[in-house]
Amino acid sequence: MTDAAAGAPSESEDRGPVTMLATPMRLDYQFSAGVAQSKTLRGFAAGKFIGQRCPVCQKVYVPSRGSCPTDGVPTDEEVVLGNQGTVTTFCVVNVPFAGQSIQIPYICAMVLLDGADISFMGLIQEIPIEEVRMGLRVEAVWVPPEELGPTLASVKHFRPAGEPDADYDTYKDYT
Amino acid sequence: MPTTPTPRLGHRPVAVVSFAQADNLRRESHRNEVETLMPVFAEAFGRVGVTKNDIDFICSGSTDYLVGGPFSFVSALDAIGVWPPRSESHVEMDAAWALYEAVVALQDDDVDAALVYGFGKSSLGQLDKIMALQLDPYVLAPLWPDPVSLAALQARALLDSGKATEDDFAAVAARSRKAALDNPKAQVAYDRSVADLLAEDYVVSPLRKHTLPPITDGAAAVVLAVGDQAWEWAERAGVRPAWITGIDHRVETHSLGARDLTTSPSTRKAAGVAGVADGGVDVAELHAPFAPQELILAEALGLAALGRNGNGVDVNPSGGPLAANPLMAGGLIRIGEAAARIMNGTADRAVAHATSGPALQQNLVAVLEGAS
Repeated sequence: MTDAAAGAPSESEDRGPVTMLATPMRLDYQFSAGVAQSKTLRGFAAGKFIGQRCPVCQKVYVPSRGSCPTDGVPTDEEVVLGNQGTVTTFCVVNVPFAGQSIQIPYICAMVLLDGADISFMGLIQEIPIEEVRMGLRVEAVWVPPEELGPTLASVKHFRPAGEPDADYDTYKDYT
Repeated sequence: MPTTPTPRLGHRPVAVVSFAQADNLRRESHRNEVETLMPVFAEAFGRVGVTKNDIDFICSGSTDYLVGGPFSFVSALDAIGVWPPRSESHVEMDAAWALYEAVVALQDDDVDAALVYGFGKSSLGQLDKIMALQLDPYVLAPLWPDPVSLAALQARALLDSGKATEDDFAAVAARSRKAALDNPKAQVAYDRSVADLLAEDYVVSPLRKHTLPPITDGAAAVVLAVGDQAWEWAERAGVRPAWITGIDHRVETHSLGARDLTTSPSTRKAAGVAGVADGGVDVAELHAPFAPQELILAEALGLAALGRNGNGVDVNPSGGPLAANPLMAGGLIRIGEAAARIMNGTADRAVAHATSGPALQQNLVAVLEGAS
């Protein structure tokens, strides 16, 4: 036995096994949105919803990742969507969490924008929570022009559009 | 129809019938992974006149650490359009291992064709740090050793063992980059002398710049088919099937200090199981990202004794990973490049190798043959 080994703590000292080891790590990335998503993001900066149409099934995705996930072909055709849509489903958020920027309770909803074939997540405001419902017609409220940017944060929230509710058949395939 | 070679693994012969790769770029700043993969699939399918609907099994290799986002392999499926749903799998390794899984899956009587692909964008994150995270999390990763330094330890051990010199390293780089001049997908290609290369400064001693792989954004895809299907599809493309007659992969200990870094027993073992020495070899595509590693692999594969018709084995005629090294696809590209030479008739028997992990920790060896 070497001196170093002799000086090491013996089993009898019973320090117990090491059960935890912290290895701090941090990785920084430069996210690459891609061609199609960049168009949608630039649309946000202009206060518009820009989607893309699949040439095979004709579905319009917003945002599009550049391909139709059903047909696997490029969605090259750009489509400017309306500012209005229909609530297809929603939930009332009652749970506080770190970084929450809106006072609970609030409504998080899936909105099927007019002309789109995939619903879009947004907040529903300017209406009492108990009055939000499937089929509610809503319109996007954008941040002031000077605050618009290539970010989802440009869409402040959706509010009632003041129209009659959409017929269930018009959005039943998207719920 | 010529006789289909009998595979060593399984009972259903599997062949590569199509191979395509994206342009290898230092930084693909416009297209995301889906947008990069779509034209690669279109090319791979187009060559053999098939669509996604002809594919029974899909397997990919990629890692979320490169993308910096969760489940990136699921998003990547959007590039195929997996509807109606079909059998799909993924490995968090180079796509050469996805190909292995596909070869196994193709032994099932219900699976006659597979798409295998890999993609990696190294430009998005801090590659040196990302690569450290594949190491032992207790005693290695906390030191954040970068991959060039680990390769330098291996190169130093090789020099000290007397098995190779810095001239040998430079000779590998000179030959590879010169061969890369004929590869339209090469990212780095040049014709420079060994003496000229040795005049470069060390990046991490004893590695000079020429011994290092480029950092690459890229992707690749291979179409596999079984038996008669392979013959039929290859004929459509005007090529012959590249039959995978042997394939195996082996792994060494995670602990770099416990390994003799100058040898690759896992490669030797895999080569034995794959049957590399059962015949002569025309072409070997070796996944040696760092030039000294090619010497280790050539020795482990026994290539010196396997030349045919009085010629030595043509090693990395594509330029190998020194020409382009898209992580998670680089190993699959070796199989694709070896297969391409069988398919176009310039080789009859080829060896393809892929590596994963630090300093050649994990190795896969495949033997590809054309039916005579």
